[in-house]
Amino acid sequence: MSDVRAKGAKSAGLGLAAWLAGILFFLPIAWMTLTSFHSEEDAATNPPSLAASLTLDGYREFFGAGGGASPWPSLVNSTVASLVSTLCVLVLALPAAYALSIRPVRKWTDVLFFFLSTKMLPVVAGLLPLYLFARNTGLLDNIWLLVILYTSMNLPIAVWMMQSFLAEVPKAVIEAAQIDGARLPTVLARVVAPIALPGIAATSLICFIFSWNELLFARVLTGVVAQTAPVFLTGFITSQGLFLAKVCAASLVISLPVLAAGFAAQDKLVQGLSLGAVK
Amino acid sequence: MPAAKAPATSGRLRAWATRAPLLPALIFMITVTQLPFMATLAISFFDWNALYPDARRFTWFANYSEVLTDPDLRASVLTTILLTASVVLTSLVLGLVLALLLDRRFKGRGIVRTLLIAPFLLVPVAAALLWKHVLYNPEYGLFNGLLHWIGGDGAAQPDWISNAPLPAVAASLVWQWTPFMMLILLAGLQSRDPQLIEAARMDGAGDWQVFRHLTLPHLRRYLELGALLGSIYIVQNFDAVFTLTSGGLGTANLPYTVYQSFYQAHENGLASAAGVLVVIGSLVIATFALRVVSSLFREEGSRA
Repeated sequence: MSDVRAKGAKSAGLGLAAWLAGILFFLPIAWMTLTSFHSEEDAATNPPSLAASLTLDGYREFFGAGGGASPWPSLVNSTVASLVSTLCVLVLALPAAYALSIRPVRKWTDVLFFFLSTKMLPVVAGLLPLYLFARNTGLLDNIWLLVILYTSMNLPIAVWMMQSFLAEVPKAVIEAAQIDGARLPTVLARVVAPIALPGIAATSLICFIFSWNELLFARVLTGVVAQTAPVFLTGFITSQGLFLAKVCAASLVISLPVLAAGFAAQDKLVQGLSLGAVK
Repeated sequence: MPAAKAPATSGRLRAWATRAPLLPALIFMITVTQLPFMATLAISFFDWNALYPDARRFTWFANYSEVLTDPDLRASVLTTILLTASVVLTSLVLGLVLALLLDRRFKGRGIVRTLLIAPFLLVPVAAALLWKHVLYNPEYGLFNGLLHWIGGDGAAQPDWISNAPLPAVAASLVWQWTPFMMLILLAGLQSRDPQLIEAARMDGAGDWQVFRHLTLPHLRRYLELGALLGSIYIVQNFDAVFTLTSGGLGTANLPYTVYQSFYQAHENGLASAAGVLVVIGSLVIATFALRVVSSLFREEGSRA
């Protein structure tokens, strides 16, 4: 009897520990959210003022009410770069993943590992030539250059992920459909897509996140016109005056698409980030 | 004769048909990733400052010996290693503890999981700004605010970033990367064979014995995978160093140094040589990473 009770107490204790850890890890974000709704004066007190009155001034300031630069062009740029590059990734990765999983090519693992090895080539390895190339061809500060680079950044992950999702489609089902006389497009649309669709959606969300977050390429290769949201965020802090509430509001607004995409893809996040090695 | 040739041709045609869907992706990747690297390799053999383009000349390995003997660059190699190793190891250990806590049934497990993943889903620049201004700031940051709260007016108010620049950068990265490690290790824990653990418990094995002799060996590959993938991303980290310290106070890692040497100092040749060295370092890690991924991959394949 006492053994069972001891076990129950231990289990409750461990559950409590998990809750404490979760709250501790989330605390900075919770604090940031609260600060974003405070006035600048209340945000900068020490000790912190927990119960200060709430206001939307931080968000108004961020969206340019105080005469600062408007974030909208950079948000639009980020949206275009992330969405279009994700679309390009899908167009290139789907046929490749199909060839690698459903109709296995000879030496297919070599091809897969070539894709993976390009992911391990650090960004800085090609940054200077890309910069010189962009400057000489007038592509500097052009959002379409970022679209191409983000496509190449995400393509290897996408091929790996989709390969592992498509491999989950049972071969027998495809063969049965072919015997029934279904042609390739029909097989793809009616048989493969319904099974692989959640995986393809998760892949797209992860590619979107990586493109949205990217800073180094965007920082070096864009200026005023093609500036993305993370670049805008780094340039947004002034050394004068109080800016804490504004920074918190800005960081939250710019993180919102990533948080949404990440929670939507939560279940497939590990499989994607571990390149399909972990299910 | 044509009859004998026909099957060979159609076989070759079919081989091409199966390979064709791969080609666009392959060609795209080779063009966009391999060509620039080749150019970097070529530039690394030139003495080339962008401000004096006429003085460009071929110097063999002079850039490499300059990079390897330059104290700043050597320091940045050390910084990169220290930062990567400390972040990966700490987040791996924390991730393991959290994964073990989450691998049990308790009230609100889904909510706790979501709370724990959130740091990983903040835009890296936003996370760095959060740590720099909202947490570390010596005057009104949360850390000193809490110290003030607990200790009263006489409480210590350290300047976190100036006092310990590298640990300050590392802490912000550990916070972002622990959820990643936790997710991988949690997947590893959930792929254990429950019957095996049941059997061990029947034989009287305690919690620690089960962990030490069953769980840990099973998790080895997942730990390796987490460490290697984490290393690949953190070796390349630019956002945190750029935002938190702008590479000052001895926190400039290799990516930041490469960025600075061509973007601010316009030393194209030196930057390229440093870039090539980063690649060589990454290749060493990548070789191990690929081996781990492929062995996990084979295991998954044999289980399916």
